[in-house]
Parts: sequence; C-alpha cells; structure tokens
Amino acid sequence: MEPRLLLSDFLRQDLGLTGTHVGCEHGVCGACTVLLDGEAVRSCLILAVQADGHEVATVEGLGSVEDLHPLQAAFRQAHALQCGFCTPGILMTLVPFLDEHPNPAESEIREALSGNLCRCTGYQNIVDAVKLSTPVPAGW
Amino acid sequence: MKPAPFAYHRPETLDEALAVLAAHGGEAKPLAGGQSLIPAMNFRLARPAVLVDLNRITELSGIRQGGDGLHIGAMTRQRAVERDPIVARDAPLLAEAMPFIAHPQIRNRGTVGGSLAHADPAAELPAVMLALDAKLQVRGPAPRGVRSIPAGEFYTGLFETALAPGELLVDVTVPRAAPRSGSAFAEVARRHGDYALAGVAVRVTVDDAGRCREARIALLSVGDGPVLARKAAKAITGESPTPEAIREAADVAAAKDIDPPGDIHASPAYRRQLVAVLVRRTLERAFERARNG
Ligand SMILES: Cc1cc2nc3c(=O)[nH]c(=O)nc-3n(C[C@H](O)[C@H](O)[C@H](O)COP(=O)(O)OP(=O)(O)OC[C@H]3O[C@@H](n4cnc5c(N)ncnc54)[C@H](O)[C@@H]3O)c2cc1C
Ligand code: FES
Ligand code: FES
Repeated sequence: MEPRLLLSDFLRQDLGLTGTHVGCEHGVCGACTVLLDGEAVRSCLILAVQADGHEVATVEGLGSVEDLHPLQAAFRQAHALQCGFCTPGILMTLVPFLDEHPNPAESEIREALSGNLCRCTGYQNIVDAVKLSTPVPAGW
Repeated sequence: MKPAPFAYHRPETLDEALAVLAAHGGEAKPLAGGQSLIPAMNFRLARPAVLVDLNRITELSGIRQGGDGLHIGAMTRQRAVERDPIVARDAPLLAEAMPFIAHPQIRNRGTVGGSLAHADPAAELPAVMLALDAKLQVRGPAPRGVRSIPAGEFYTGLFETALAPGELLVDVTVPRAAPRSGSAFAEVARRHGDYALAGVAVRVTVDDAGRCREARIALLSVGDGPVLARKAAKAITGESPTPEAIREAADVAAAKDIDPPGDIHASPAYRRQLVAVLVRRTLERAFERARNG
C-alpha cells in the first residue's frame, strides 16, 4: 500500500466502507470521524499505514438497519438528520463521549459537537437526540 | 491521493529517528500527531520527500514527575495531558488550557511536542509554556547533541523555532510552582475549539504580605509567536494586586507590550481590547488562587 493513502480513502475506496464520509479533508468538518482504539479521530488526518496494528471502528460497526444502535434510534426519533452527510461522523464522535459522560449537561453536548459541522439539520435536533438517549443505560 | 508522494520511515527508537533525519538532511520531516502537518500535505502546501513517523517511539511519550519538575514527552497526546491527574495537581495552568485546543478528535491525535514545534502564534501550548517558564529538551546529531532551551528563547519568528534541521524536540519540563503561586488561562474564539483571536496565560507568585513577587503574562495570537508581556509584569511586580493595579497592568499589556496584526478575523484595535480585558480577568483569578494556595 502507498504510504500516502489516507485512512479515510482506504476505508472508502479499498474496503468499500462508504459510511465514513469525507468533506473538507483537512480536519475541520468531522464527517470522517472514526474510532482508533476506541478514541474518536479524523480519518482524513491519519495515514492508512499508521492504523497498522490498531483497531479501527466505523459507523458500519455501530448498528444495522434491523438493529439500530440506541443512539441511531434516538437520531431517527428526534429527526436529527436531514441529508445525513454529517451523521456518521457525529455518531462516532458521540459514542465515546457518552461512554465518558453518560448523563451530560446540554452545554457539554454542544461542546462535544463543536468539532462536527452539520449544514442542514441545524444542531438543535441533534442535541435533542442526545438528550433522548441519555442517561445512557449500562451495557450500551 | 491527496498528499504528494514521500518515502515513509517508522523508527522504533529515538536514535533510529535521529539517524534517518540526519541521513536525509532538510528533505525529511518528523510526523507527530499529524493534525497540522497532514492538512498541509493534503493541500500540498507541504511536500516533504521523507516522512519520519514518531508514533512508534514509546520513549517519547509519557508524563512523569522529576526532581526538576514535571516532564512531558514530546509525543504525549494532548488528550492524555488533559486527563492526567498529576498535570491537574502540579501544572493547573496547563490543565486549564488544554480543552481550548481544537476539538477532542484533534486532541486524541495531536501531541504536545507537535504543537510546540509547529509554533503557530495562535496556539495555546507555546504561550502556556512561556508563562510557566518551561524548558524544551532538544536532541540532534553531534556536535550539538542534547540542548535545553527555555520557552522564551525557543520561539524565533512566525512558525519559526530554535530547532535546527535534524533536531527533535524530545521533552518539555515544567518547573515546580513556587509556594503561593496561582495561574489562569482565558481566550476568545468565535466558536469553541477555533483558533483564538487573542488569549492569555498567566502565572503569579505573591509574598507574605500578598504583594506580587513575580508575574509571567504570556499572550497568544497577537504577534509572530507567543509574547511575554514584560512591561505589564513590571507594572504589577512589587504591588498589591488591587483592582486598580491589575487594571493598570492590563492596560499596559494592551498598549505597550504588543503590536497585534489585523486580519479578516480581528482588527489590531479589537485584539488590544481583548488583551486588556483578558489580562485583567486572568490576573484577578491568578492572584486569588495565589492567595488561597
Ligand atoms: C481543525 C483543527 C483545529 C485546530 N485548532 C487548534 C487550536 O485551537 N489550537 C492549537 O494550538 N492547535 C490547533 N490545531 C492544531 C493541533 O493542535 C495540532 O495537533 C498541533 O498543531 C500539531 O501537533 P501534531 O502532534 O499534530 O504535529 P504534526 O502535525 O505531526 O507536526 C507539526 C509540525 O511540527 C513538527 N514536529 C512534530 N513533532 C516534532 C518533534 N518532536 N520535534 C521536532 N519537530 C516536530 C512536524 O515536522 C511539523 O512540521 C488544530 C488542528 C485542526 C486540524
Ligand atoms: S473530512 Fe476529515 S475532518 Fe473533514
Ligand atoms: S444532516 Fe445534512 S449535513 Fe448534517
């Protein structure tokens, strides 16, 4: 593999995992957020070769159409997505955040979302969805 | 593919990394968290021929208390510093400033050494290290070998540092705080996590009578690098930190210590106004903490 291949492009083009989106490709929009060893990171700012020996989780691993992750179900219920472009990155940002803050204050939710741009839903419904899904029950 | 081609090296030890850097001269660039370098490579603003990835060098990361202060390895992730209980106890200024750096996703990857070496004038860590009078440990090929550079001498210009080609920043040492000292951090940015329009990191020490014994006031985003507000520090040193004395020092910082740039984000006059307000607020908090601590 060429070392200059970004993790985001490796996921999308080589593995066909197109749930991870790319918007800006310079770290600003958050659409490409995945988990690297359980921590949210920008996959557009990591070389695919750097993931060697590490565990990568993408939105494909979160839930399925038949069996949505509770956070995905809350997003659907609260209408927290419109075009859905930002959604995978937002979900992958929120999963470790909710692990650390099972019962977050609204200000903490907004701060956690500050690194993800959504250009259509308007954030309010996203915040509502997070509130709907918290406090996080044990064993999520 | 976004970045231009490069040869990739992934050394396991510091000596190996220094040898690769020495072999390639100015062609090679170290890769730390990649949160500044990879965006620049994606834009092809940076086209290093050789990339030396420091991420496998375990000896470069970690936080430990030493006789001369708190040691933070260059490859320690910003997020690890933010969460570290020793940092919170022994370097509260650093702990207070960490959440202002970008977003958690960036801090999970970004490193302390990468931010310090990148030398962005709007970055938080260079100003914090300047306020704390930290020492930056640098290693390079002989004859220079190991050097220890005070933060005040490390920053030499816009995105420029005292690092010579082939040298690596390996560690930053934060000296132990004197008794009766206090610190505070504040900045103004348009959105949480954006680069600040202006920011201030201060650390003060008071004497038995509560007078200011020492003040280090470091400003960010108002010059070519972090700026130590010496005239403001002189104005408050030896004084009782009354609201009037603090306001006077803050006004000196805004009027005499800086020559801030104007850009699409803020005019020079607005940056001076921010500095006057932020220095006043941080000094008030820092003196209060020094009195109680
Ligand atoms: C969207 C976004 C927002 C951001 N907002 C902020 C912010 O508000 N405040 C802020 O401070 N930063 C911000 N950053 C930058 C971030 O903090 C970076 O992590 C940091 O600037 C660089 O650290 P790094 O470890 O990622 O270094 P890299 O990007 O890997 O390297 C940066 C530079 O330093 C050199 N270098 C790295 N390590 C060493 C070393 N040990 N010795 C010698 N040279 C070295 C590299 O060669 C390169 O030139 C932001 C980044 C993004 C993408
Ligand atoms: S595509 Fe990675 S942050 Fe925008
Ligand atoms: S739902 Fe369209 S960008 Fe967020």
